[in-house]
Amino acid sequence: MPDLGKYAQAVLASYAVSIALIIALLVVSILRARKMKAQLNEVEGRIKSNG
Amino acid sequence: MGSIWEYANPKKFIATTDRLLPWVSGLALLALVGGLVWGFFFTPDDYKQGSTVKIIYLHVPSALMAINAWMMMLVASLIWIVRRHHVSALAARAAAPIGATMTLIALITGAIWGQPMWGTWWEWDPRLTSFLILFLFYLGYMALWSAIENDDTAADLTSILCLVGSVFALLSRYAVNFWNQGLHQGASLSMDKEENVADVFYYPLLLSIAGFILLFIALVFLRTQTEIRARRMRALLARERMS
Amino acid sequence: MIALLIRDLRLAVRAGGGFGLGLAFFLIVVVLVPFGVGPESGLLSTIAPGILWLGALLACLLSLDRILALDWEDGSLDLLATAPVPMEAIVSIKALAHWITTGLPLVLVAPVLGLLLNLPGAGYGPLVLSLLIGTPALSVIGTFGAALTVGLKRGGLLLSLLVLPLYVPTLIFGAEMARRSIEGMDATPPLLMLAGITCGTIALLPFASAAVLRVNLR
Repeated sequence: MPDLGKYAQAVLASYAVSIALIIALLVVSILRARKMKAQLNEVEGRIKSNG
Repeated sequence: MGSIWEYANPKKFIATTDRLLPWVSGLALLALVGGLVWGFFFTPDDYKQGSTVKIIYLHVPSALMAINAWMMMLVASLIWIVRRHHVSALAARAAAPIGATMTLIALITGAIWGQPMWGTWWEWDPRLTSFLILFLFYLGYMALWSAIENDDTAADLTSILCLVGSVFALLSRYAVNFWNQGLHQGASLSMDKEENVADVFYYPLLLSIAGFILLFIALVFLRTQTEIRARRMRALLARERMS
Repeated sequence: MIALLIRDLRLAVRAGGGFGLGLAFFLIVVVLVPFGVGPESGLLSTIAPGILWLGALLACLLSLDRILALDWEDGSLDLLATAPVPMEAIVSIKALAHWITTGLPLVLVAPVLGLLLNLPGAGYGPLVLSLLIGTPALSVIGTFGAALTVGLKRGGLLLSLLVLPLYVPTLIFGAEMARRSIEGMDATPPLLMLAGITCGTIALLPFASAAVLRVNLR
C-alpha cells in the first residue's frame, strides 16, 4: 500500500465506493439477465407444448 | 457482413452479443484492473493535491461515461424515432441505469476529491452541480419507462423526453456556469481534467478510461439482451392470455 | 382557437377549477420560509428573490396536471385531436390558459409577498419583470410534462420529477436577474437569457408536446 498520507481516508473511500457501485450494477444486471433468460425459456417451452 | 442495421433484428442482436460479450468483458476487466492498479500503486503524488490525485482514475472516466451514456441514449432514441428499431429503444433503456451509476460515481468521487480543498463535503461547483442535474434527468427518464405499461408508447415518450432533456441539460450547463461565476467566486475549483495532466498520470488514466468504456459496452450488451427477452416474454404472455 | 381558450379559462375559474389554489400555495410557502430559516430580516432580504421565484415555480408545478387531465378523463382530448386545429396549437392554447390562470396571478401577487420577506426596494421591479418573462416558460414546459404523464393514474410525483429539472435554467436566470438588480449589477445578461429561454420554449416545445399527446391518444 502506497503512503497516502493525510488523504488516505479520502482516496480509499473513493475507491471503495466506486468499486462497490460498479460491482452492485454488475450483480444486478447479471442476476436480472439470468432470471429473464430462464423465465423466457419457461414461457416459450410452455407455449410450444400447449400449441 | 451486411449493414449494421441487421443487428436491429432482436435475435441477431442477441446472437452477436452472446459471441462478443466474453471478449468485451474480459478486455474491460483487464483494462479496468490494469488502469486502476497502475494508477493507485505505481504513480507518484501530485505536488499540490497529494495522494488525492489518485482519484482521477475513477472520477474522470466515470464523468466521461456519464455524459457519453446520455449521448448514446440520445442517438438510440433518434434511431427509434426515425427507423422504429425496437432494439434501439431497448438499448437506450438499458443504458440509463449504467449512466446513472456513472454519474453517481462521478458525483461521489468529485465531492470526496474536493473535500480536502474546500473543507466541506459539497460545494455547488459548476461542474459537480451540472452532474447533479444530469443525475436527475437520468432518474426521470428511468421513472418514465417504468411508469408506462405499453412498450411502444413507453419507447415513444421516453425518446421524446430524451431529446427535450438533452436540450435542457445543455442549457442547464450554461445556466449553472453563469450562476456560480457571478458574485461568489470562492468555489471555482480547478479540477482540470486533461489540461495539466502529466504523462506519468496520463497513461494509466487512458487505460482506466478504456476500461470504463468497455465496461459500459459490455453492460449495454447484457442489459439490452435482458430487455429484448423481457419484451418478448410480455408479448408471449399477452398472446397467451388472449387465446 | 379563441373559443378553446375561453373555454379553458372559464373551466379554471369555475368552482372546483382550482383557480385560487396556486395563489394560496404561494402565500403559504412564503409564510413558512421565515419559520424555517428564522425571522432575521437581513437573511430574509438576501433570500427573498430566490424564495419568491421558488414559491411561484412550485405553485405552477402543482396546477400542471389540471391542464390536460380533466379533458383526458372525459374524452374531450380525443375530440380535440380530431378538430381542424393542429395539435401544436391546442397545446399552446392550453399552456396559455394555464399561464393566464396561474402564472399571471402569481406575478401580480409577488410584490405583496415580497413585503413579507423584506425584499429590498430595488428588487420589486426586476422581480416582477423576471416572473412576468419567466412564468410563460414554466407553463409551456409544464404542459410538456403534463402531456407525458396524462395517461397515468398517480402521475403527480413523476410529473414533478420530470418537470423540475427542466425548470432549472429559467429559475437560475430569473432569480439571478432579480438578485443582480438588487446588488446594482448589470442584469441584462440574465434578462436576455431568460427571455431567450421563454421564447425558445414557446416556439419549439409545443411540437414535442403535440407529438407526446398524439402518442398517448393512440
